[in-house]
Amino acid sequence: MGVIVYLIAFSLLVALFFLGAFFWSVTSGQFDDPHTPAVRMLFDDETNHEKKKN
Amino acid sequence: MNLVNTSVSVTEKLRCSHCGEPATRPVYSGSNDLFCCQGCRMVFELLHEHDLDPYYSFDELPGQTIKAGLQRPQFDILEDPKIQQSLIEFTQGTHATTTFYIPSIHCTSCVWLLEHLQKIDEGIYEGRVNFIKRSLRVRFDQSRTSLRSIAELLSSIGYEPQLRLNDLDSPANPNSETRTEAHSSLSSLQKTLWLKLGVAGFAFGNVMLFSFPEYLDLHQSSSDVWMSWVFGGLNILLSIPVLLYSASDYLKSAWAALAQGGINLDVPISIGIIALFGRSLYEILSGTGAGYFDSFTGFIFFLLIGKLIQKKTFDHLSFDRDYRSYLPLSVLRKDSTTLEESAVAVTQLEIGDRIRIRNEELIPVDAVLEDEQADIDYHFITGESEPVTIKRGENVYAGGKVLGKGVHVLVSKKVEHSYLTELWNHGAMQTNTSAKEVTHFADRISPFFTLSVLFIAIMALGFWWFIEPSKAFTVFTAVLIVACPCALALSTPFTLSSAQNVLSLNGLYIRSSSLIESLAQTNAFVFDKTGTLTSTRKTGLIFRPSQAYTHHRDECNKALQSSSAHSLHPLSKKIHSSLAGIEGVEVDHFEERAGLGYSSSVNGAVIAVGKKSFIKGYLDSEVAETSNTTEHEISTSKQVKQLETQVHVAFKGEYMGYFTFDHGLREGVGRVLKGLQQFGPLYLVSGDSNKDVTTFSELADWEKMHFNQAPMDKLHFMEGLESEGRKTCMIGDGLNDAGALKTAHFGIALSDDMSSFSPACDAIIEGEATEHLAVMRQFSQDAIRVILFSFALSLLYNLIGLGFAITGELTPLVAAIIMPASSISVMIFTFFTTRFIARKRGLKVWG
Repeated sequence: MGVIVYLIAFSLLVALFFLGAFFWSVTSGQFDDPHTPAVRMLFDDETNHEKKKN
Repeated sequence: MNLVNTSVSVTEKLRCSHCGEPATRPVYSGSNDLFCCQGCRMVFELLHEHDLDPYYSFDELPGQTIKAGLQRPQFDILEDPKIQQSLIEFTQGTHATTTFYIPSIHCTSCVWLLEHLQKIDEGIYEGRVNFIKRSLRVRFDQSRTSLRSIAELLSSIGYEPQLRLNDLDSPANPNSETRTEAHSSLSSLQKTLWLKLGVAGFAFGNVMLFSFPEYLDLHQSSSDVWMSWVFGGLNILLSIPVLLYSASDYLKSAWAALAQGGINLDVPISIGIIALFGRSLYEILSGTGAGYFDSFTGFIFFLLIGKLIQKKTFDHLSFDRDYRSYLPLSVLRKDSTTLEESAVAVTQLEIGDRIRIRNEELIPVDAVLEDEQADIDYHFITGESEPVTIKRGENVYAGGKVLGKGVHVLVSKKVEHSYLTELWNHGAMQTNTSAKEVTHFADRISPFFTLSVLFIAIMALGFWWFIEPSKAFTVFTAVLIVACPCALALSTPFTLSSAQNVLSLNGLYIRSSSLIESLAQTNAFVFDKTGTLTSTRKTGLIFRPSQAYTHHRDECNKALQSSSAHSLHPLSKKIHSSLAGIEGVEVDHFEERAGLGYSSSVNGAVIAVGKKSFIKGYLDSEVAETSNTTEHEISTSKQVKQLETQVHVAFKGEYMGYFTFDHGLREGVGRVLKGLQQFGPLYLVSGDSNKDVTTFSELADWEKMHFNQAPMDKLHFMEGLESEGRKTCMIGDGLNDAGALKTAHFGIALSDDMSSFSPACDAIIEGEATEHLAVMRQFSQDAIRVILFSFALSLLYNLIGLGFAITGELTPLVAAIIMPASSISVMIFTFFTTRFIARKRGLKVWG
């Protein structure tokens, strides 16, 4: 049963990592604008565009 | 008769490559592209030159038409360091960031172009569009470009930034919504709420995991005793941030209420929180049990979900605008000595300044007209639906829109003292909108709830004290824990936000879900007339032809279509759009006489359109004209005649007939008024004249009808009703209703265009949704009833829990089942019941 201690410690670490990721994503403003990024992803990359032209 | 039957296939092909408008007189560029005007061609070529062609590949013909002529608004005001300071959010060296509000953002192409501005102006580092807020955030180098040149660039490509007086509110001012926040949808308050929820959810999941041994009775064997210590210790560690961070709002609010000698719903919640945490801590540290940390963290988690849902806002709407976000930021002032024109901030205007206002621009201050005459549209200010013709020396008021050609005026009052803005100096307007506090039913019952819980807990304590003293303390805390009104606290926010969602699907956007209780209480309904009961957009255009018209039908239509395009009068524009599809012809000698009409020559034939007196000069014989119209005037009912304005047409010396503009009532107005009558008396308060009084008195049983009401009169009228003890609901659309909307118990601003300005209010309703208003009022009352039912449901859970608690059987497992079960079932119950009722009432339930 001793192994469970390691498992728990590890699972807690993983969970803490995700909590940290959540904090980071909220504070860095990733949820600020839920609509525009969906539009933005339709744009071609700049490099692609240059190639097409040449 | 049908004016639009001659659909011409040629116009189908000749569409402007930039804006997609039909090109009647196409302008060709070097390549194969054609444009409706020079303006569009210039934008197209500018974009092409800077490799911005993909603009045209995302959406079909995304451009803004520049047909009306490329107006270069004066942005020299942006050179003023003081104004720069309030527009620029922050600077670092030469780097600066600012946010523009651009109402014309409407498609993917717009986003793409505005985010690639650096290709045209190298001083721009980056542009970020917030599509919902229609805003563009620009990071730029002040040494290589300026605020002014960016604004000029934007307007030259058809995306004119809107600068309003309230942009001068400095970003540092905490009272106003800062410009930075205007760009991001999440306020900092909401962000913290998300973080608190994250912590609580994290702790909830892990504590539940660590509580499994307890659920499964695994800790019984003595060799594993150390394990319950490890788990217990971890649970304590995980719960401390939940208590100190996630639950802090409840504890603070309860403390504040108690300090003021009151009890709100947060008091019993806080008692529950402290009892749960204290008891669990004691059990683990003393080794007598595993504690209830799973229930504790779960409880906070659910409460915070409720709180988050209650904070739902509509990002694309603004509920707290005043005249400052309506009036322009700057205006052209003529220097009295040098006669040079320069843009100045409206706030800097002094009495006696001479200013010029162009077509379609707003008058920023009260002033005296210097030109011969001018047409001014006041419908937003006074509720007067027709443009007013003003003569030299007469007053023009702030907020009016100049139609036709530009005018010169002499400032007679400073901006803060004008007729319109005076309204905001009134005491009723000074109160903060959010300060209009709503006492929830839940808050009202919480004193009784708290007292009875304490009473039961002490009774149980006393009872067990005599039977089995060792159990007395356990039972006492168990009662406090289980009686914690988690489900009770959730039922209000969940029901109201569910109702708020349903109402928004049906076109009524309520500022905050808690205001639904206010709507449910309303028992007097006050309506504005113009734009509210009548629709400015759905103005019907009816042509009543004379006999002569049948001979010249096609020719006359062509002449009308082409000549009306040159007139700036709103009625001409309507005539023009009704004839869309007819091929245009060359127009010569176009001459417009403000307030009368216009005359023009089309293919050599003279056409005159306008007032009866005006076109008389263009008729060969007057007899034919009168004999034809009287016939029609008799046939049109009395009611229609009172509502209509006539525009007469003379062509080739003959009378063709006249257009009438029927300021139509909104659809279903009669039904709505009759429906609302069940809830209380109706009042009509209009800024317009009483010319339509008979039409409206037939619609419903009005308690009172008032006409020619100034904005201040409306405010006083509302105050009068409120002081009589009525809970008023005001429905209006213009700035002239702003005072009344604010004073009302529940103010609804009506808006045909959601992105346009609407005054401060509690809710915004879409024009088409007005016909459901009576049902919505009924539904708000239903929602309150649903809250009562869900209260009963959650009390039932509390009673079951109490049964376990008093008998001393409340194990952590039982608590861990009852707590989430009650919360989740309340959520499900409120969600489905509100939607079920909404469907029964005939409201839309799904998007």
